[in-house]
Amino acid sequence: MTISSVTSLLIWLPIGAALVVWVLPLSRYATGSLAVLVSLVEVGLWIEQAARFDFDAGGLQFSQRASWFSDLHVSYHVGEYGFSLWLVGLTVVAMAASVGYGFWVGRERPRAYFGLQLFLTGATVGVFVAQDLLLFYAFFEAMLIPLYVLVGVWGGAGRLGATIKLLIYTMAGSLFMLAAIVVYGLKEGTFDLVDGPTSASRWLFLGFMLAFLVKAPLFPFHGWLPDAYREAPAEVTAVLSGVIAKAGTYGMLRIAIPTFPEPTSYYRTTVLALAAATLVYGSVLAFRSPDFRGVVAYSSLAQSGLITLGLFSGTGLGYDGAVLQMVAHGLISASLFLIAGAVERRTATGELRLLGGMARGRPALATLLVTVGIIALAVPGSASFAGEFLILAGSYQRAWWWASIGAGAIVLAAMYMLRLISAVLHEARGPAVADEAMDVRPGELALVVPLVACLLALSAWPAGISHHSFAGDAPSGVVQGQFK
Amino acid sequence: MIHAPHVDWFALSTVLALLGASGVALLGAVLVPRPAQRAFAATVAALGFTGGIVASVWLYVASASGHRVVANAFYRDRWTALAQAIVCAVGLATTLLSVEHMPGWSRDADRSRRDDHVAEFFALLLASAAGMAFFVGAANLMTLFLSLEWLSIALYVMCAIDYDREGSLEAGLKYLVVGSFGSATLLFGSALVYGATGSIGFPEIAHAVSARGLSHDVLLVLGLALVIAGLAFKSSAAPFHMWTPDVYQGAPTPVTAFMSSATKVAALVLALRVLATAFPQEARLWTWAFAGIAVASLTIGNLAALVQRDVKRILAYSSISHAGFVLIGLSAGTALGGRALMYYLIPYAAMAFGSFAVVAARERELGVPVTLDTIAGFGWERPFLGVAMWFFLFGLAGLPLTGGFVGKFYVLAAAYDHGWAWLVIVGVLATLVSLYYYLGIVRAMYMRPSDELRVGAAVAGGSPPREALLHVSVGLALAVAVGSLFAVEPLVDLARHAASSLPF
Repeated sequence: MTISSVTSLLIWLPIGAALVVWVLPLSRYATGSLAVLVSLVEVGLWIEQAARFDFDAGGLQFSQRASWFSDLHVSYHVGEYGFSLWLVGLTVVAMAASVGYGFWVGRERPRAYFGLQLFLTGATVGVFVAQDLLLFYAFFEAMLIPLYVLVGVWGGAGRLGATIKLLIYTMAGSLFMLAAIVVYGLKEGTFDLVDGPTSASRWLFLGFMLAFLVKAPLFPFHGWLPDAYREAPAEVTAVLSGVIAKAGTYGMLRIAIPTFPEPTSYYRTTVLALAAATLVYGSVLAFRSPDFRGVVAYSSLAQSGLITLGLFSGTGLGYDGAVLQMVAHGLISASLFLIAGAVERRTATGELRLLGGMARGRPALATLLVTVGIIALAVPGSASFAGEFLILAGSYQRAWWWASIGAGAIVLAAMYMLRLISAVLHEARGPAVADEAMDVRPGELALVVPLVACLLALSAWPAGISHHSFAGDAPSGVVQGQFK
Repeated sequence: MIHAPHVDWFALSTVLALLGASGVALLGAVLVPRPAQRAFAATVAALGFTGGIVASVWLYVASASGHRVVANAFYRDRWTALAQAIVCAVGLATTLLSVEHMPGWSRDADRSRRDDHVAEFFALLLASAAGMAFFVGAANLMTLFLSLEWLSIALYVMCAIDYDREGSLEAGLKYLVVGSFGSATLLFGSALVYGATGSIGFPEIAHAVSARGLSHDVLLVLGLALVIAGLAFKSSAAPFHMWTPDVYQGAPTPVTAFMSSATKVAALVLALRVLATAFPQEARLWTWAFAGIAVASLTIGNLAALVQRDVKRILAYSSISHAGFVLIGLSAGTALGGRALMYYLIPYAAMAFGSFAVVAARERELGVPVTLDTIAGFGWERPFLGVAMWFFLFGLAGLPLTGGFVGKFYVLAAAYDHGWAWLVIVGVLATLVSLYYYLGIVRAMYMRPSDELRVGAAVAGGSPPREALLHVSVGLALAVAVGSLFAVEPLVDLARHAASSLPF
């Protein structure tokens, strides 16, 4: 186990930068540049960390521990497992693109905006590296605060309703997690995730799961999702669906499943049924959705179902596939929402019936959307194909019908993605599409292309993640044995 | 022949510093020429509170083993000293906030700054703080009642000090009537307890109860119930909260800020002391009673806050619900509960004070009551105050930006530790409901443009100048609120040493 403060730096550098941005009266340009610079430094720090990570040894690395309050045995304990490393990578990359996008479109009130974005970066990294329950909870909640303001201030016309739903839904889930944390921690005498013993309490498991099911989200806990994804600024939706929603599935993987093995198997069928229902329901709604963002939003819902299917299959293949799919889908949905933002800026609408024919004269836009769309619908050879295949294989080991539902949903994915591509790019020119509407500008390309490049790299070598999430190369055994 | 008891002057030094400063400020009202009175009285008050802080810190350090002094009438221990330090710190911040306070800020009144009663105001502030400093150390039913009246009478006058304004007068009168009723209840309860046990000192009561097997004595139990009711009146816990919204809304905002933080600290700290020291045998009774009061406060405070439009009223109901949270810690009746209570009060006092201070700033700017409509756009107009308010509100809601988060965690932990998992669930549900109204204020401040502002006519004379001192007081509150999230360990150590003075 290596001791390192890089993990802490990844959390506190952006939060510190947020304070600087709030306090110093910098110009719009300076503020944006500073925010972009800090986001890039985050990416650099992460790359440096990934290069030093010992994937063969596994276990917790780059960890750091200090007492927060010893009275109740709560500590500041951070560190990374293989899969946390990948999720942190997803966070810093997607946040860098999001911050860059905000700079590029010139958001109003730059100091407040960039400060909040940086704060969000730090809090989200914190969620993925926290190894103490209370610390995890603190970051889990802290993510919501900047998000609430980002949606509420810079969002679309229906933003006020969307923020209320977002906050009340997610807090309702996570406050029960707080109750569960209090009970677990006092009963076991520690809040530490690494030292903490497993528990057989079904109530506690349900408390944790409620928070994660709302965050992921899974049907029927997804009430906040459509409004929030539609009303938030495009780049905020990109991180909300790409990264922050992953905190839900990450929580299942890191906390719910390993800490509560007995309740996990007791409720396995229930959760798998919810996941399958989410998968089908999300896919159908995505196919029926009248607007660009709606399609991507409901497809994210479906993907959450798929990831949960992999996690609760309880097989090595399922875990590997779920981690790969979390990262791949994070990158896909971040790219798609940024492209949605680009389309909306040109046409002032996201409604598919008003769009169409955008491919003509806009080759870069067409190439980007088709590339990401093809990866999203999981053509063989793509990163998400690898992820979905592993998840299906894992769930097949559990029972064949789970795999067949999952396979059916992949057909639906092809339907909604192709519908989206054709409704935006092909068909007759839509009434909202003016001839003067420009192709994607170099600035936008510079933001989306790196995300797509990551996706292509993952497509070329999905084992980079799926074989490097849990210790060793063999994706077998139960998850608790692997990283505890 | 009467023997004068030995007096430990050092144990009383906090009280004496505050009382002395109060006397000087009052003399200033007569001797200092009117234009200089404001500066003079404010300086004296600031010095008095600083002296109080120094004295209480010194007392904390020098009173590792707690004992009673002055004929067993007053506790010299760390529980007293820490509570005194909090009260004095709040008093100092209130002084900074009150320097620019204009009596009669309402829009119809003459908006030029008036200086009548300013020295008296500071004298009363110091006197009520001195009362609180004595109250938290009370060691028998007599000093308890005397100091309660002492702090209350000063507060009654302070509530009504803007006598040009109807709301202020109404607040003063209402507080006087209801508060006197609360005091009378407490006094009646004390009389019954004395009747049952024959003693007024807290440990002596406990001793008499156990020695004579009085734990099921009707007089004693009835007396205890009345004492609890009296203390709940002062800490504005439901169902004894009826005065709170009206008084908090009507009183001058600096006074509200002081009451919502300092008075609550004093009342809750003393409540645990009385119950733990004098009634340990009845622990089953009072833990259940306070659990019930906590649930009532959380329910009523949060639900009633949902429908308010006036920000001061919202914060008043929020303070009722926070009394409920602290009482969860109290009702555990354990050392952990004592620590939780003391820790909780530190960020809570800062946030309650700070949020009212920000309201005061807006009020002075517009000259109208601050509602969800008139606070619209405030966050963008006054970035510092807006961000501070943002922190206070999210902190009061228990989100992990301030020590309020850890405090909430602590009281819930104390409740679970006592075996009351149901109380944890109640606390969690109450937090969820409270989010809606706290966010309502944030939404109004940041997400609604200020051109929606429904003030009517434009404010005459433009905005008042920036108030450096008000900003300093808000900044201090912000520093304490956020700092207490990071410095949990040292603060809990302070609270632990303080709570070790109590017999758990």
